[in-house]
Amino acid sequence: TIQTRDLSKSIKDGGCGECQTSCKQDCENAKK
Amino acid sequence: MIHSYKFDDKNIVLDVFSGSIHLVDEVAYDVINLYESKSKAEIVDEVYSNYNASLGISRDDVLECISDVETLKAEGKLFAPDKYADIAANFRKKNFYIKALCLHVAHTCNLNCSYCFASQGKYHGQRAIMSYEIGARALDFLIENSGYHKNLDVDFFGGEPLMNFEVVKQLVMYGRELEKKHNKNIRFTLTTNGVKLDDEVIDFCNDEMHNVVLSLDGRKEVNDRFRVDNMGRGSYDVIVPNFKRFVEKRGDKSYYMRGTFTHYNTDFLNDIKHMADLGFSELSMEPVVTDPSEPAALTEEDLPILFDQYEELAREMIKRNKQGNGFTFYHYMINLTCGPCIYKRVAGCGSGTEYMAVTPWGELFPCHQFVGDSKYSMGDIYKGVTNTAMRDKFASLNAYSRPECQNCWAKLYCSGGCAANSYHATGEVDGIYEYGCKLFKKRIECALAVKLSESTSSSSEAQE
Repeated sequence: TIQTRDLSKSIKDGGCGECQTSCKQDCENAKK
Repeated sequence: MIHSYKFDDKNIVLDVFSGSIHLVDEVAYDVINLYESKSKAEIVDEVYSNYNASLGISRDDVLECISDVETLKAEGKLFAPDKYADIAANFRKKNFYIKALCLHVAHTCNLNCSYCFASQGKYHGQRAIMSYEIGARALDFLIENSGYHKNLDVDFFGGEPLMNFEVVKQLVMYGRELEKKHNKNIRFTLTTNGVKLDDEVIDFCNDEMHNVVLSLDGRKEVNDRFRVDNMGRGSYDVIVPNFKRFVEKRGDKSYYMRGTFTHYNTDFLNDIKHMADLGFSELSMEPVVTDPSEPAALTEEDLPILFDQYEELAREMIKRNKQGNGFTFYHYMINLTCGPCIYKRVAGCGSGTEYMAVTPWGELFPCHQFVGDSKYSMGDIYKGVTNTAMRDKFASLNAYSRPECQNCWAKLYCSGGCAANSYHATGEVDGIYEYGCKLFKKRIECALAVKLSESTSSSSEAQE
């Protein structure tokens, strides 16, 4: 199993909206 | 839901709703693919008969593998349940703060590319240049409507934005004042065809631009087929030296060299390799989206060729990475451990809600690809969004909004896809651009293969 971000956990720690708009990525929160 | 596929010597299993990725051997590959449709006894019989002779496995080996799968399922890393539909339905409707604007500072261009979706920069209208006053008001509008967002994005677009470079410079300076006053961080970006990319522009971009896109279609004969000036002369010999000088001075700051491939160069890998061999390392090559009756339009017959090109591109990247002279490809950049959260994955780019395009006269559109289509006008930078029905329509678009996507393994990567592509292909923003879906899925498979090759040197580790 390759280490990946757990999407179900990101329900709680995601959604800040500070990432760059993407169409013309890393998530800073996930790095903390 | 899982998606399993083979790429060269790798057996790859993606667990769609947890985001987990597993590298497995042949036995586990079959066990996982049979797990939801067969009984435990049937799986043992089938897998044992398939591999007893070739791999020497026993029935207990298969049972042990089934037990491993059950453990991963209990841990939420295989066959994880889908619990995101409500998030998708409501996320964009929580608020309508705006965090990104595409400023069309020039509806004019010094090139005359026949495949340009913006009709040579004029967007099916008259030539126009954005004034400083309109641009400054657009930045005020962004700040006023940004709510809690600290990071804001402003892209200078056209046409060719360097046809209005003085206003670009003034707007960046004004934006820097607004940042300090309102405690915001504005990421300015710019897309250019390179014709006017002189030392003054290069130095300014390196000081102020978070990212710069350099438009080049690859090999000289490919680039100069479409990317010509108003006299019909190819642009390659003018722009490549400019791009080289730009990248030499760019340091470690972001840029992308972006090309478009068409029916005329379905061997687009050769164009990517050409860019890399010229010394450019941040690359993107995109399929043309145009009227199917156009000679340049990609065809169904092209698909197997394009699939093969994407796979060969992955192999080329793996090879060059090992040699120490690798390059990045926009679509193959996937951060597995610190990638986007589920909200970003279900909601996509935010066009028409948190991202909008501003015309030279201050009119708002859902994104740059809708500019010039009057029925998609959303308001202006003075009155704000007045076409709230259109905003609501775009707010309803997400990875779960189309019935056809319900069983698609890639929906948490495409986020429902591009509304403009859907519109241009089907006439509806919530239509399905099937051709684009097929290419997208192939790209994700290849992207994961490249990432996995970085994580592990060989799939033989799955046998240890």
